[in-house]
Amino acid sequence: MRVNFTVNGRPQEADDVWEGESLLYVLRERMGLPGSKNACEQGECGSCTVRLDGVPVCSCLVAAGQVEGREVTTVEGLADYAKHRQSAHPGGGCASGACGTSLQDAQQWTAKGQDGQTGEGTELSPIQQAFIDAGAVQCGFCTPGLLVAADELLERNDQPSDADIREALSGNLCRCTGYEKILDAVRLAAARQGEAV
Amino acid sequence: MAGTTTGIPANVTQGSKTKGGVGESMLRPDGTLKVTGEFAYSSDMWHEEMLWGQALRSTVAHAEIVSIDTSEALAMSGVYAVLTADDLPAAKNYGMEYQDTPVLAYGKVRHHGEPIALVAADHPETARRAAAKIKIEYRELPVITDEASATAPDAVLVHENRGDHHAGHVPHPNIVHRQPIIRGDAAEAAKKADVIVKGEYTFGMQDQAFLGPESGLAVPAEDGGVDLYVATQWLHSDLKQIAPCLGLPEEKVRMTMAGVGGAFGGREDISMQILASVLALRTGKPVKMVYNRYESFFGHVHRHPAKLYYEHGATRDGKLTHMKCKIVLDGGAYMSSTPSVVGNASSLSVGPYVIDDVEIEAIGLYTNNPPCGAMRGFGAVQACFAYEAQMDKVAAELGMDPVEFRQKNAMEQGTIMPTGQPVDSPAPVAELLRRVKARPMPPERQWESSEGADVRALPGGLSNTTHGEGVVRGVGYAVGIKNVGFSEGFDDYSTAKIRIEVINGEAVATVHTAAAEVGQGGVTIHAQIARTELGVQQVTIAPADTQVGSAGSTSAGRQTYMTGGAIKNSCEIVREKVLEIGRRKFGSYHPAWASAELLLEGGKVVTDGGEALASLVDVLEDEAVEVEEEFRHRPTQAFDLRTGQGNGHVQYAFAAHRAVVEVDTELGLVKVIELACAQDVGKAVNPLSVIGQIQGGTTQGLGVAVMEEIIVDPKTAKVKNPSFTDYLLPTILDTPTIPVDYLELADPHAPYGVRGIGEAPTLSSTPAVLAAIRAATGLELNKTPVRPEHLTGT
Ligand code: FES
Ligand code: FES
Repeated sequence: MRVNFTVNGRPQEADDVWEGESLLYVLRERMGLPGSKNACEQGECGSCTVRLDGVPVCSCLVAAGQVEGREVTTVEGLADYAKHRQSAHPGGGCASGACGTSLQDAQQWTAKGQDGQTGEGTELSPIQQAFIDAGAVQCGFCTPGLLVAADELLERNDQPSDADIREALSGNLCRCTGYEKILDAVRLAAARQGEAV
Repeated sequence: MAGTTTGIPANVTQGSKTKGGVGESMLRPDGTLKVTGEFAYSSDMWHEEMLWGQALRSTVAHAEIVSIDTSEALAMSGVYAVLTADDLPAAKNYGMEYQDTPVLAYGKVRHHGEPIALVAADHPETARRAAAKIKIEYRELPVITDEASATAPDAVLVHENRGDHHAGHVPHPNIVHRQPIIRGDAAEAAKKADVIVKGEYTFGMQDQAFLGPESGLAVPAEDGGVDLYVATQWLHSDLKQIAPCLGLPEEKVRMTMAGVGGAFGGREDISMQILASVLALRTGKPVKMVYNRYESFFGHVHRHPAKLYYEHGATRDGKLTHMKCKIVLDGGAYMSSTPSVVGNASSLSVGPYVIDDVEIEAIGLYTNNPPCGAMRGFGAVQACFAYEAQMDKVAAELGMDPVEFRQKNAMEQGTIMPTGQPVDSPAPVAELLRRVKARPMPPERQWESSEGADVRALPGGLSNTTHGEGVVRGVGYAVGIKNVGFSEGFDDYSTAKIRIEVINGEAVATVHTAAAEVGQGGVTIHAQIARTELGVQQVTIAPADTQVGSAGSTSAGRQTYMTGGAIKNSCEIVREKVLEIGRRKFGSYHPAWASAELLLEGGKVVTDGGEALASLVDVLEDEAVEVEEEFRHRPTQAFDLRTGQGNGHVQYAFAAHRAVVEVDTELGLVKVIELACAQDVGKAVNPLSVIGQIQGGTTQGLGVAVMEEIIVDPKTAKVKNPSFTDYLLPTILDTPTIPVDYLELADPHAPYGVRGIGEAPTLSSTPAVLAAIRAATGLELNKTPVRPEHLTGT
């Protein structure tokens, strides 16, 4: 079958997709976007987390056909996505809870780079920078999924408590770090976000 | 001055320190790629026209293979090849220490999940469906699953014709290796004991559960060889095992490290390397292979499950008199690194304590359980679990504080190990315990507030059904000792190629090694060492491959010591050569060139007094200096096969933990509130990653304590939980804060004084949590992991 959807702001078309193929497979193997990771393909580890119309989902559990006409954001598009959020709601975060990213917003937004894979000239989003600065990346295999989930948390709640962070990231396994530095990274991104206001 | 060889360089008069050297907290050079999703892990490899490889694995643990019918699979459209052992081009077995592991099973299968056949197809789903169409007829054999069934006089032999060098000295062919250690006279010393405490402990089978699945890409080359891109811990060891199985000379198997998504010992053995290569050579097309999580549980060796029997004696005043123990490690169906794990378990079985009279025996079994091999802590973890439980029991028997009791018996620099080896560098065991004990306690009953209970902070979290009525707190301590590096006379070395040259007007160093970056942060410290030694700011880390000499394995906490040492060594020679060039060009202009101790710092040649003589750019101009050198640590010896005596280890590492837990005794649920660690790291080359390693290791120990175990059916030897649904890993909700306190007591024998870091915290974290749960509940709890039914008695 053929599937049409938007990835990181660019319309995409996938041909000859098997009915059983997951969104994760289509992203990684057909679109050349391997940023979303394949650690369990069972919905248990969160490494494959992407946003589907703004909502974080395990892309390994989403059938490719289900994304027809919809909007997907992967780690490759995270920096642009964050920038777009910033211009839509300058400085404010989304503490009111009223925003998130509506489908309409998502559709208006188009990634700038021509190639989501090289990331050429892409600035990092605050959460990406915070993961590097806090030492929250070791092998990094869990990182893309954690970044997408953490970014969504900070969009909903710009000053999360530790309990909020733990709850929001409880679907993402990391085998290397012991999570402490991941918490540090989210706290750091939140603090920087606060300073920017 | 650049571009000229005459005249004193006028623009340099003062040296400045190079930034980003040894001892500074540095960010990972691969961090940006990893957070943007661009970092290419082994499962991200892609090639035009590539096929997908898939293995078919045995559904039974022990059986003769009567027949294999591949015809239906071959007939499927999109299928390019279906192979069995009969199609293998050359050697049929591989193995790290001994080649007893079949690439594809032939004649017999010896464990559940052993690969039997291979498929290459144009879509992974086609490959899976084709594999499912292969028909295998088995004649099942009785399974060997424990010590009793393995060593029975009439036991079925897992390997009928053993040819390995351990075979001659083991008491039974189903015992892979046996290492006794006898020192002093334990029976005589036992007479002095006022209390004698015995215990029996069971350590479950843990999985490394690295997140990046076994995967890679094999590309057939025009010269008949193969280019292989995989995630591994040791390229050169893989190469030695792969080439004979492909019937190719080593130079025709070119290996390049692909991004590694964690390892923890689980990538020390071969997984898909040979399988994908065989398919690529057969089909003439690139073949990608990615294990799914189910297959991953069968595709690598696990941590040895163990039974441990201990006896300790002590006098009334709290001095240990003697220790006797027997440690039985289940190695599963193939050898892997079981002999070395046995050597570690026996030589470290006393723990970081002074006991002169010991009687130790460790054995490794061949069974039909899943093969076991390397995992973080390597044999020392199981022993630590048992001896630390014993320490608490003895202390309780004597009515002593468990930490004071440990401190009273703690080893220190100069202590003689049970193997007769003196500990000749700092061993701050008592101090590490003091540090974790002195730390303020986390507040009690944090879930309580004026509005009621915050259930998120209770054992069980949101899925809880109480408000904390049955919750009790416990505190537990543990400390452990781990050897660093490869032991028992292994010729352990690492190689580094260093190049320095001027690029775009700046002196740049390139570090080329075959060392595996598995997430531990080697790439960061390699650059730090080159900066420190060569005084340059810009350092390029070349991709790890087999075009440079072996770096040895990224395991046993050895890589900073060994490859760090090789980089340091090579840089020192590079420095000498650079100074020679400098003397040749500028020596006549300043007497310091001949007389002073010269350093490279801040891109300049400086005297030890800080005076700058020339910039590296002027010295080098268009010359490049390149050096490839090896580094070896001081030699070690094999342990004597009867007495276990011998200077077998290179270095020791020490860590201590204090665990604070809250247990809901009604629900049987445990919440670890805090897991504090103190560790001696010798020298923190990169403090940021030191802490990350300690926290990560601590969490793996926590996992074993309360949830992680591969469950093997004792009747059928089949794995019951090969998935992340059923094999539980600590999530961010299960993991407490992990405050880390590290000491830097330099090891005088190691480069920069470094001490292996990654493994020690995995040892003591498990027994500390167990001790805390025992303190909270008063239960005996002699098995990992502790499950709710153990706490509620249901
Ligand atoms: S890969 Fe999707 S949740 Fe693990
Ligand atoms: S899994 Fe390796 S950094 Fe998280």
